[in-house]
Amino acid sequence: MSGTYLGLPSFPDAAHTSTHDTQLRANLTHATHTIRTKRATAINELPDWPQLRTAGAAIKDHTLHHLDHYLLQLETAVTNAGGTVHWATDADEANRITTHIIHTTGETEVVKVKSMATQETGLNEALHTAGIHAYETDLAELIVQLAHDKPSHILVPAIHKNRTEIRDIFHNEMAHWGRPAPDHLTDNPTDLAEAARLHLREKFLRTKIGISGANFMIAETGTLVVVESEGNGRMCLTLPDTLISIVGIEKIIPTFQDLEVFLQTLPRSSTAERMNPYTTMWTGTTTHDGPKNFHLILLDNGRTDTLADTTGRQALRCIRCSACLNVCPVYERAGGHAYGSPYPGPIGAILTPQLRGTTTPLDASLPYASTLCGACYDVCPVAINIPEILVHLRERVVQGGPVTVRGTRTTIKPAKGHAAERAAMRAGRWTLDHPTAWSATQRMAGATRRLHPRRLPLPGPAKAWSDARDLPEVPAQGFRAWWQQREKDTQRGKGEQK
Amino acid sequence: MTEDNSSRTEILRRIRAALTDVPDAPDERPILRDYAVVHAERTPEQSTDLLAEHLSDYRAHVHRCTAADLPRTIAELLTAHGSRSAVVPPALPNGWLRDAADIEITVGGDDLGTHELDRIDSVVTGCALAIAETGTIVLDASPDQGRRRITLVPDHHVCVVRVPEQVVDSVPQALPRLDPVRPLTWISGPSATSDIELDRVEGVHGPRTLDVVLVSGAEPPVSGSAPDSVPDSVPGSV
Ligand code: SF4
Repeated sequence: MSGTYLGLPSFPDAAHTSTHDTQLRANLTHATHTIRTKRATAINELPDWPQLRTAGAAIKDHTLHHLDHYLLQLETAVTNAGGTVHWATDADEANRITTHIIHTTGETEVVKVKSMATQETGLNEALHTAGIHAYETDLAELIVQLAHDKPSHILVPAIHKNRTEIRDIFHNEMAHWGRPAPDHLTDNPTDLAEAARLHLREKFLRTKIGISGANFMIAETGTLVVVESEGNGRMCLTLPDTLISIVGIEKIIPTFQDLEVFLQTLPRSSTAERMNPYTTMWTGTTTHDGPKNFHLILLDNGRTDTLADTTGRQALRCIRCSACLNVCPVYERAGGHAYGSPYPGPIGAILTPQLRGTTTPLDASLPYASTLCGACYDVCPVAINIPEILVHLRERVVQGGPVTVRGTRTTIKPAKGHAAERAAMRAGRWTLDHPTAWSATQRMAGATRRLHPRRLPLPGPAKAWSDARDLPEVPAQGFRAWWQQREKDTQRGKGEQK
Repeated sequence: MTEDNSSRTEILRRIRAALTDVPDAPDERPILRDYAVVHAERTPEQSTDLLAEHLSDYRAHVHRCTAADLPRTIAELLTAHGSRSAVVPPALPNGWLRDAADIEITVGGDDLGTHELDRIDSVVTGCALAIAETGTIVLDASPDQGRRRITLVPDHHVCVVRVPEQVVDSVPQALPRLDPVRPLTWISGPSATSDIELDRVEGVHGPRTLDVVLVSGAEPPVSGSAPDSVPDSVPGSV
C-alpha cells in the first residue's frame, strides 16, 4: 500500500490517544450502537439469511480460486463493450496510470466517488503532486477532505465529527475549494446537507472526469456496480466525459445472477436498509448515455500475496459492509484512525497486515487490535472467520514463517522475542484498560473455542502472547454478568437524559 | 501502455502461483443456491401493496390511479411540487402529459446540456420494473425512461410503475428480467444521507422528492430499441 499511512504509531499507541478523546468515543458509541440495532431488524426480515451468507461466501471463494480465469473474462467483456482495461501491480502504478489518462485529456479537475481503493493508493495526494485537483463528493468524504483529515469508518467516514464541528469546517474551508458555505450556516443536518449540495453541484456540472471504485465487477458481462445512498455516485458515474474506475481484483463475481445474493446482503448488513437508495450498473460505454471513455484499472497491491495465504485469503471475500466495525468493542473505543489504514476495525486488523506485510510496528500490532470475541465473524455477511485469521497473523508476527511478498515466496523471521512480547503486552494491557473490550474477551473464550477447538488457547510460539498476558483472576461469570448489567444501566441512563 | 502489459502478465503469474493448492478444474462444485427466491407467497395485489409500503418507508411518495386518471395525476403532482418545467424521455407514452398544459416540457435529447438540465424542475419517466420486498424501482434507459442524467439532475422525479405487470417480489426475480448491459439505475427512495450524526437527510445530490405513481390498466409503451440506439428525440411524443 502507499506510503500515506507509514510512520503512524502502532495500534496500542494510537488507541491510547484516541480512547482519551471523549468526543470521539461518544460519537462512535452512538453511531455504532444505532446501526447495530437497526441492522438486526433488517436481517430478521430475511429468514434465509444463513443460506445467503453461505452462498455469498461460496461465490467469493469460487471466484478467488479461479481469479485468473474470471479477470481475463472480465477484461474481454469490458473491452468488447468499449472500455479500456489496465492492470496495476501496486499503488504507484495505479496512480501513474490514472494521472496519465487525466493528462491525456488536458483536464486538471476530477470528481470522485467514495472509494477505499483510491484511499489505499493515496490517489488524491498523487494527483495533487501532478497538479490535478480531486474533489471528494460523498458528503462524509467532503467533510473529511475539507477538514484535512482521514476517514475513520468504511461506511460513515466522518463518524468521528459531530454537527457543530462539521458546521465549523464548512464555514472555514468551503470557500478555499469552490462555492463558499452560505452565511449564517446553522448546524442543522438539513442545512449542512444543502450547503454541501450547492457546493458540490457546480463541480458536478463542470467537471469532465469522474473517478470511482466499484462494489462488484461481473466477469460474464463486464458490468460494474456501485451502490450508494446520496446520488453523488450517480453524478460522477454519469455526467463526466471520462470515467476511471480503480478496483481491487477481488471485487469480481462471475455472473449477473450472483448479484442476487450480494444485493440482498450488502445493504442490510451495511446501512440496515432493505436496499440502498441508489445502485448504478454500467457496462463499458453507451452511446448518448454516460461517459464516452471508460477506463478500468485492476489493482493488485498486495491482494495476490493475500491470496497465497491459504488461511488469510478468505479476507478477500470482504464486501466492505462495515458490519464488523459496528460490533467491535475495540473499534468502538479506539476509533478508525488508530488502525492506520483505510480499512479500520476487524477487517482492517486482518486485511492491512496481509496487504502491507507485518514489517512495521503498526502492521505487526494490528493482529492484536482485537479481543477475539468473535462478534465480527457472527455478523460478517460472507462469513469471514476474522478471529481465525487474527490468531494466524499473530502466529506469523511472533513465529515468522513463509509468506508471499510481491509474488515471491519468502520466509520472514520471527519478531525479536522481546519485541513480540512487548507488542503483545501492550495490546494486552490496553485491553485490560478498557473493560468492555475485556468483558468481550471473556465472552469470546467460550464462543470462539466452540469455533476453533484447535486454535485457542494459542498454540506454539504464539504462547509468547498469551503467556505474557498477566491477567488478573476474574470470576468469569460474575464479572461478565456484572459488566453487562452495568452496560445496560449506562445505556438506560443515556436514554433518560434525552 | 507497455507497463500495463507486463503488469498484466505479472499479476496473472502471481495469481497462478498463489493458487497452487487449488485443483485446476475451472468449475468444481456449482454454488448451492438454497436461499429463497421470494420471502412470501403473495397475490399481485399484495405485492403492489408491499411495494407501496416499502417505497413509503424510505420516504418516496406513493400515489395510485387508473390509466385514465394518469394524465391528471401527473399534472397534479407537478403542480403540487411547484414545478414550471419538466424534462421527459424521448418516448414517454402518448398523453401522459396531456393535462400538464402550463408546464414547459423539454425532451431529454442529446443537445440538452447539464446546466440546462439543472434549470428544469421535474422529470417524468416510466420504469423497467419495481421490486416489492426492497421498495426499489429500476430504470434501464429504455425509450420511456431516457438517458440516466435526466432522472438525476432535476430535483423532482415522477416515476410511473404499471401495476401489477411491472412489479416483482424480490431481487432474485428482478435480475432475470433485466439486461445487464443496459445502463441500470436502481432507486429505493429519494437521495439520502446519514453522514451527520446518523440523522437521515433527504437529497444531497439526487432528486430530493420522488413521486411514484402506481397505475393500473396502462398499456406498455412501444419500445425495444437496444441501448446504443436510444433515439435522441421522438418529435411529438409528448
Ligand atoms: S469483513 Fe465481513 S463484516 Fe467486515 S466489512 Fe467485510 S464483509 Fe463486512
